[in-house]
Amino acid sequence: MTEQPGHLPDIEALLRRALQPVEPPADLGARLESRLSTITDMAAEELEGWELSAMRDPREWPTIPRAAAAAAIGTAAGAGLVVLRVRAGHRKRRRNAGDPLELVEDTLRAAVDETRKLLDR
Amino acid sequence: MDKAELDRAFSELYRAHLRDVYSYAYYRVGDHHDAEDLTEQTFLQAYRHFERALAESDGRPLRPWLIRIAHNLAANHYRDRSRRPQTHLDDADVLRTTHTTEDLAEGRDELRRILAGVTELPDDRREALVMRFALGMDNREIARAMGRSDGATKVLIHRAIKQLEEIVRTQGATA
Repeated sequence: MTEQPGHLPDIEALLRRALQPVEPPADLGARLESRLSTITDMAAEELEGWELSAMRDPREWPTIPRAAAAAAIGTAAGAGLVVLRVRAGHRKRRRNAGDPLELVEDTLRAAVDETRKLLDR
Repeated sequence: MDKAELDRAFSELYRAHLRDVYSYAYYRVGDHHDAEDLTEQTFLQAYRHFERALAESDGRPLRPWLIRIAHNLAANHYRDRSRRPQTHLDDADVLRTTHTTEDLAEGRDELRRILAGVTELPDDRREALVMRFALGMDNREIARAMGRSDGATKVLIHRAIKQLEEIVRTQGATA
């Protein structure tokens, strides 16, 4: 086959050579894993600290799902999973619960359980 | 799927595609620092929505989903801060990062012309070429990453290559 004047020899091969995959820095993987763990730890600490104060003050009990959500949204990723699960569970529990105090206790327990599950990774 | 299984699956996804996401990020933003940030944010976002993505993927590969997250984050970043990547793909640093010394010795100017041409393409065409050639994605994966149909993606890539040929040929004629 005759090449047209000015025609590039196999531009796809040139593109393959030009656009090589780029290796990430060696420590990026470790840093990212550590960041995910840190976020999870921070969320756990916030939840535990908040849990103790909420348990002491009955006025805080009705705000439990909202407070858990705020803590997790503030700290993102890992904690986000905790809250989504706790809130989903909370809605189910609210439908089934007869006693508001029991509902609060169940929700607290679920928040701590979900956080522990994250930490058990 | 319980939490432990979910985390294991995420670890596998992360290890399998860290290089893909980083490569996409690097060609998108043009420097290591921003590429690392974008890669980190992509995986944090992915972790947050992983359970749902897994359920909705129906067994299909999740790489396009990851690249789409990176694409959206990069687009928001530049839109919010009203700024564009400062580094060009054909800069000497970028060439040194992405190519071996041997590669450069053989055809530095040629590679520079191609990369300069890629930089001149419209964003969607440039991204499609990066996904195809740097990440080795097929048309279907690229279509999912870009939220287009398979047919539209095929046309997009074809036009990107044609336009690149034209740009490089023009550069060659004026050099």
